[in-house]
Amino acid sequence: MSNINPHKEKQKLEKKMKSGVTKKQPISERRRFFLDIARSVGLATLGGLTWSAYVSEVSASKLTLRPPGALKEEDFLSTCIKCGMCVEACPFDTLSLAKPGDNKPLGTPYFIPRDIPCYMCPDIPCVPVCPTGALDILSVSGENKKLDINKADMGVAIVDQTNCIAFWGIQCDACYRACPLLGEAITIEYTKNKRTGKHAFMKPVVNSDVCTGCGLCEKACVTEKASIFILPREIALGHAGDYYIKGWDKDDEKRLENATSEITTTERSKNKAVDTLNSGLEDLLK
Amino acid sequence: MKNFLYKHRFLFLRRFTQTLIMFLYVIANVYGINILMGNLSSSLFLGLIPLSDPYAVTQMFFAGAILTFDVIIGALIILTFYAIVGGRVFCSWVCPVNMITDLANYLRRVLGFNQIQKKQPASRNIRYWAIVLSLIISVILGITAFEFISPISMIHRGIIFGLGLGWAAMLVIFLFDLFVLKNGWCGHFCPLGGFYSLVGKFSLIRVNHDSDKCTACMKCKEVCPEMQVLHMVAKETKPVLSGECTNCGRCIEVCDDDALIFTLRNKKIGEENENN
Repeated sequence: MSNINPHKEKQKLEKKMKSGVTKKQPISERRRFFLDIARSVGLATLGGLTWSAYVSEVSASKLTLRPPGALKEEDFLSTCIKCGMCVEACPFDTLSLAKPGDNKPLGTPYFIPRDIPCYMCPDIPCVPVCPTGALDILSVSGENKKLDINKADMGVAIVDQTNCIAFWGIQCDACYRACPLLGEAITIEYTKNKRTGKHAFMKPVVNSDVCTGCGLCEKACVTEKASIFILPREIALGHAGDYYIKGWDKDDEKRLENATSEITTTERSKNKAVDTLNSGLEDLLK
Repeated sequence: MKNFLYKHRFLFLRRFTQTLIMFLYVIANVYGINILMGNLSSSLFLGLIPLSDPYAVTQMFFAGAILTFDVIIGALIILTFYAIVGGRVFCSWVCPVNMITDLANYLRRVLGFNQIQKKQPASRNIRYWAIVLSLIISVILGITAFEFISPISMIHRGIIFGLGLGWAAMLVIFLFDLFVLKNGWCGHFCPLGGFYSLVGKFSLIRVNHDSDKCTACMKCKEVCPEMQVLHMVAKETKPVLSGECTNCGRCIEVCDDDALIFTLRNKKIGEENENN
């Protein structure tokens, strides 16, 4: 403020007034107070929106494969503190923390099975070291709280039937042999090869209820780009919903215990179904 | 040479602790020498003592995470430590970003950028707004808002686990501090620094100013990254009480008159002079 020359300022002001510009009203304390508040709130909103947009964008990568025992993705994102202790615990260097440029939620652990799959250590060293429980010991423990890596759910293997050479009729069971749950998670289905008339297709079939998503099959796959690969379960699998049930399977009925139904009432459904059926064509034409 | 070392004693000590902590993390990851595992977000000291970033844990809580015993204990240990020694001791003695912003600040001084750009158009209170915003966003989006954009984490994670494009975060902070705003990141925006300012509000270790010895040369204010905390210099004999002081000790080093020293909070210096 000290370097403003008051004389010069006055001259400037007079000049302005002559040129028709009205003298500025000084802003009252009260007005300044409200303006300051408005400005702060506005800037905070601006910052907040930009920040939220960025964060929800960077955390939206759904194709991330997590270590064994990871919570559901949305819970995982709020619970993982990004310390990297699981990464350090892994003896195979399977896991890495997402770096800027990896296009994965920043700082969270993930693995790429085609590079290094999960080798399914029976003692699961990556899980107990997690300080926040983002890797949940209970989810990979069987009875007696004994660790059981076969309960892990990192994803599920999907076979690309167009490019898998076993589906061409060439004999290959690399994925089947590589599977740590051989004969359970991947089975070989024999069908007749009609093209040759004397050979068999030996097609790998993934049992998605058993598959842990370790990715050893993806690593072992002989095609240039793997024809069997791991996807997160919620990406790869469908969901039958409550409308369909395996009538022959008693356990499947349990699935419907908490089912809710939704009843829509239209003009026509106010009548009984039998009446509508008996009423002939004119009711349908209404 | 001896004088040079003495005049930079805290600076060298700070660089030593900053490097040592990063070194311990790196050897834990690379060679499995597990003195200090993890990173600045959460670690395990000597395979036994959990340590966690209390601000990250706060965000987790607001994001709806179920906090485990380990992270709560870890966060309390860190919180207690910094509440005693001064919250922002983290900033100047631990945080690796400090080396970047100190370099920008140094270049600003020696190259004369401070002279051509005297106005500081941003408020240092932005960091407190950023804390509030981070917690609101954590609640709404259900993820730890600052942890997903934090350049601090990008950098310390980068040093320990591989940098990726994290060098860009380093460069952005460096250029911002050098050309846009003096002490821009650490002194204005960083909510973690703001958080530790609040934590260290009542800390014990403080810089104390003795106005009788002061010759008003203002070297301390020139070098201080949070110069508003030195408002008493050449005016009053009293300790620097603001939590925004990082206890970096640069002011003590540059003072040729011994007018600034580290003391405990309530210890009065020059008390008898005041009474006269």
